[in-house]
Amino acid sequence: MSRTLTGLLVGLMLALSPIGASAQQKAADPAVLAKGEYLARAGDCIACHTAREGKTFAGGLPMKTPFGTLYTSNITPDPQTGIGTWTSDQFYQMMHNGRFPDGGLVYPAMPFASYTKVTREDSDAIYAYLRTVPPVRQLNKPHDLTFPFNNRSLILGWRTLFFREGEFKPDPTKSAEWNRGNYLVEGLGHCGMCHTPINALGGSKQSQAFEGGLIPMQNWYAPSLTSNKETGLGDWTIEEIVDYLRKGVSAKGAVYGPMAEVVYNSLQFLNDDDARAMAVYLKGLAQGGPPEKASTSLPSAESSLLLSFGKSIYDRDCASCHGATGQGMPPDYPPLAGNQSIQMVSAVNPIRMVLNGGYPPGTSGNPMPHGMPPFAQKLSDDEVAAVVTYIRTAWGNRGEPVSARQANELRAATLN
Amino acid sequence: MAARVLACAPCHGAEGEGTSDAYFPRLAGKPAGYLYNQLIAFRDGRRKYPPMNYLLEFQTDDYLKKIAEYFASLRPAFPPPVPPVDSKEILARGETIVKNGDPQHGIPPCSACHGPTLGGMEPGIPGLLGLRAAYISGQLGGWRYGTRTAFAPDCMQIVASLLTEDDVKAVAAYLSSRPAPADPSFAPRGSLPMPLECGSEPH
Repeated sequence: MSRTLTGLLVGLMLALSPIGASAQQKAADPAVLAKGEYLARAGDCIACHTAREGKTFAGGLPMKTPFGTLYTSNITPDPQTGIGTWTSDQFYQMMHNGRFPDGGLVYPAMPFASYTKVTREDSDAIYAYLRTVPPVRQLNKPHDLTFPFNNRSLILGWRTLFFREGEFKPDPTKSAEWNRGNYLVEGLGHCGMCHTPINALGGSKQSQAFEGGLIPMQNWYAPSLTSNKETGLGDWTIEEIVDYLRKGVSAKGAVYGPMAEVVYNSLQFLNDDDARAMAVYLKGLAQGGPPEKASTSLPSAESSLLLSFGKSIYDRDCASCHGATGQGMPPDYPPLAGNQSIQMVSAVNPIRMVLNGGYPPGTSGNPMPHGMPPFAQKLSDDEVAAVVTYIRTAWGNRGEPVSARQANELRAATLN
Repeated sequence: MAARVLACAPCHGAEGEGTSDAYFPRLAGKPAGYLYNQLIAFRDGRRKYPPMNYLLEFQTDDYLKKIAEYFASLRPAFPPPVPPVDSKEILARGETIVKNGDPQHGIPPCSACHGPTLGGMEPGIPGLLGLRAAYISGQLGGWRYGTRTAFAPDCMQIVASLLTEDDVKAVAAYLSSRPAPADPSFAPRGSLPMPLECGSEPH
């Protein structure tokens, strides 16, 4: 009995002693910190929790949504303005269940609907790492949401409809590699935030998981990962997918738009095993789909005029890099023939690439990328429509024609 | 390198010589430090022009430095100066400010920092020739209204805020009327007596 009492007393003293607390912090294992840093990159925390020219992880980035502007929060260990007083339990509660330490509901712009799949061990590693980044004293900016979305209790409704709490459960019938890829894609990678259609309530339609969608406010189309006609990766080799994710360029195509950010801040830092695992899982998503239907738009007299006009622009402005027959010179000049990105149901991306040009991200695997020139000044709406229609339908491509009006509308798309 | 920066060509010319569009500047032969500072400022959103901000957003410091060095090394021919449309008085006012400043209003001459040949100085001060009036007055306006900023102390913000609308017009008209320099190169670092502290040109 006295032993029990002594044990209790010692336990109590340790629990109350500040020395006990700091000893606990110091005990952070360098291997755990390195893992936490790696996982924080896999989750791309920095992309949202760091403002342009702002201090790392100090938040303050405005995120425009159809419901108003959200400002991301300070996740540095500053005790007053950051998460310095949070425990690892509270951090896990945020990641797993989308609740603040006081029980308050988090807006689902924070991808907790994906992060809920993250294991407790991985959450703790990210927590341990975030405790070691330089603390920044910077108050969080209040959100600027329109009525009725400024009422946080509405989140309860959203959660009922769209949030399924639960850690990742491996599928024993699949390989360890596939399961690891599934965990990264569906969990920290939060790929579904863009690659699953968003409905009018700002929720991801789980019945259409990874079937693609227009990203609100950005006017880029996040293609389907399940259809081989879009960016379903069934026809890609594992090496091509790995190159695409880590270098930002591959023999099949290059990343651009919002995906360039993901590669720049997150995916390029994946190790070989994880990049392969994601590739294996992503490739698997696209298999078993029905064969794609051929384009229904057979050339009429009018459309053959449009196509010959498009071809003349292509030959003048595009062929020197992308080749006379759209074969490109990969990886620096992506092929257009057979490129799914050109043929997707939504023509937003090819039109925007012609208007705005763009650079793949600078990565360790491709530090000096080749850039596509913007043609917004040079080409009229009719010319953009003609050349995009041409590349969507030439060389066996199966996209639909686009109109000058579509091209015109995208001239006003937010660039940055 | 030319192939990598083809994305710059539609607005700035294949060799950074500029294009017929008056709002897009010549890049060739400007000091690499100046070009690098601008590339970083566009990438990080401090200098605001959405097409530039967009193109550079995900490029590394190292690559931007190489791009800057590349354009700094080029010496394409200057375009013929645009025949001035402004009056002789306006051009004379511009010439006075460029060469002598306006001591009464505390305005230093452009040539004090940009050099007697207006070719700029390494590492951070750009040349002023081969640019169109619309671009020059656009930049001076940008400094006055805070849409273009440089490292503190931001000397050009101080200078631009001292200029009147008429001064800006006169300086832009005069500079854009000048013929190509005989020796299109910049002054070596520290060779000019700068009257103002400048964050982009550390001593």
